[in-house]
Amino acid sequence: MAQQPQHTKTKRYGMVIDLDKCTGCGACMVACYAENNVPFRQDDSDKMRSLNWIRVMKVDNGKAFPDTEVCYIPMPCMQCDGQHMQGHSPCVSVCPAVATDYDYPTGIVSQIYTRCFGCRYCMAACPYHARKFNWWDPKWPADMEKYLNPDVSARMRGVVEKCSFCYHRYQKARDKAYVEGRDELHEDEYQTACTQACPTNAITFGDLYNPEHAVHSLSRSKNAFRLLERLNTNPKVYYLSSKSWVRRVADNYLEGENPEQVAKARKAAATH
Amino acid sequence: MSTQSDNQTAAAGNRSSGWVVFVFFMIGLVASIISGWVAFPELLYSTKQQPIDFNHQVHLEQMGGQCNSCHFFREDGSFSGSPTLEECKSCHMYPMTGNENEQKFIDEYVNQDKEVPWLIYAEQPPCVFFSHAAHVKGADMQCATCHGDIGHSTSLREYQENRITGYSRDIWGKSMLRLGEPDHGGRHQKMNDCAECHLKETGSKGDCFQCHK
Repeated sequence: MAQQPQHTKTKRYGMVIDLDKCTGCGACMVACYAENNVPFRQDDSDKMRSLNWIRVMKVDNGKAFPDTEVCYIPMPCMQCDGQHMQGHSPCVSVCPAVATDYDYPTGIVSQIYTRCFGCRYCMAACPYHARKFNWWDPKWPADMEKYLNPDVSARMRGVVEKCSFCYHRYQKARDKAYVEGRDELHEDEYQTACTQACPTNAITFGDLYNPEHAVHSLSRSKNAFRLLERLNTNPKVYYLSSKSWVRRVADNYLEGENPEQVAKARKAAATH
Repeated sequence: MSTQSDNQTAAAGNRSSGWVVFVFFMIGLVASIISGWVAFPELLYSTKQQPIDFNHQVHLEQMGGQCNSCHFFREDGSFSGSPTLEECKSCHMYPMTGNENEQKFIDEYVNQDKEVPWLIYAEQPPCVFFSHAAHVKGADMQCATCHGDIGHSTSLREYQENRITGYSRDIWGKSMLRLGEPDHGGRHQKMNDCAECHLKETGSKGDCFQCHK
């Protein structure tokens, strides 16, 4: 890391999603909408225009019944570290307004709505389509405004928004730690809304640098992979799957390529 | 001969019209500066009085000299801010002194069970996250460092509200150019002021997410 602040130990918050456990129920999406004041429209059938900070993609193995297999892939912002792990993520490097920024103490990619002027370079740069543009001012049904989360500011028309790994929860947890005179957060003190909402516990969240956090070992398991790994964006969202065809759809592999072998070769190249 | 004198008058005319242009330019410049630096800021802010003229000094003496007797941290790490009516009522259910402000407080708020609509000088816009815990507990700062010596004031100063944004003038400071005010008297909390102090104390201006939400 290029700029480590001296007063805190650098964290690298990340997520591991077990695709074998994900049922595609969409509870994570619902929880995210409620937690982060994500607006929706009365007619949200045009999915190209709808906003969501995490969305569940559906893929299948392309085979006819009875060999069809389906996998659901929940996709939040991947919070890329960028090549060389220095926060040079695709969106941060193209933003002309410094509206999106790599938060070195946590590794979370921020999005500052009041700074964004809506050029949408970041959306073009993001290979994961994690970013959404507010084409309209948000409008909530009459009484629903009372249920908005005061810890997350509502966005206006003309700005880009994306998943923040529920950063406001991190800040609240830190405040509690300060008052109790602690420097470190417990693993369960800072969890994202989607993680807590998942009924099958498919999502695990924590500090990838901390060996006591579950994500540390999960992200290093042999079934772990990331989406479009060969772009070197270094996402902090890991996926687990025991199925080789799922690993295959996670990146653009050539016909003769074997995802496991490619991953092994990459690992070997990285350690040498 | 005649051409020479013509040239002279023309030159004199040029010189005097140069002065005229300069004088008018200066008049315009001064007028612009006055309207921009003095008149506009005055017009931009409306002045409001606090609902009750609160005496911090008296309360500080009565409450044992601690700010956190009334402005305290909750267990979850959040900061209580201004006391609620419930907290004030624990002492002021009935008049304790002959003070007219206390009488007004009891008549208008305690007896009618209504919260006092205090005007918060340092209230930040809703897109800003400010952590009192990080500053007071984490960095061990004194309240007066940012708020000034408000604990020893006997009267509340007027509240100035930006007519366009509705925010307090304290966020910007008295003068946008910081004319005639100390650098850190707690009278302005602009982003640059935060960043300046963070750079000095922590070695980094901090990342956007630290303060923005």
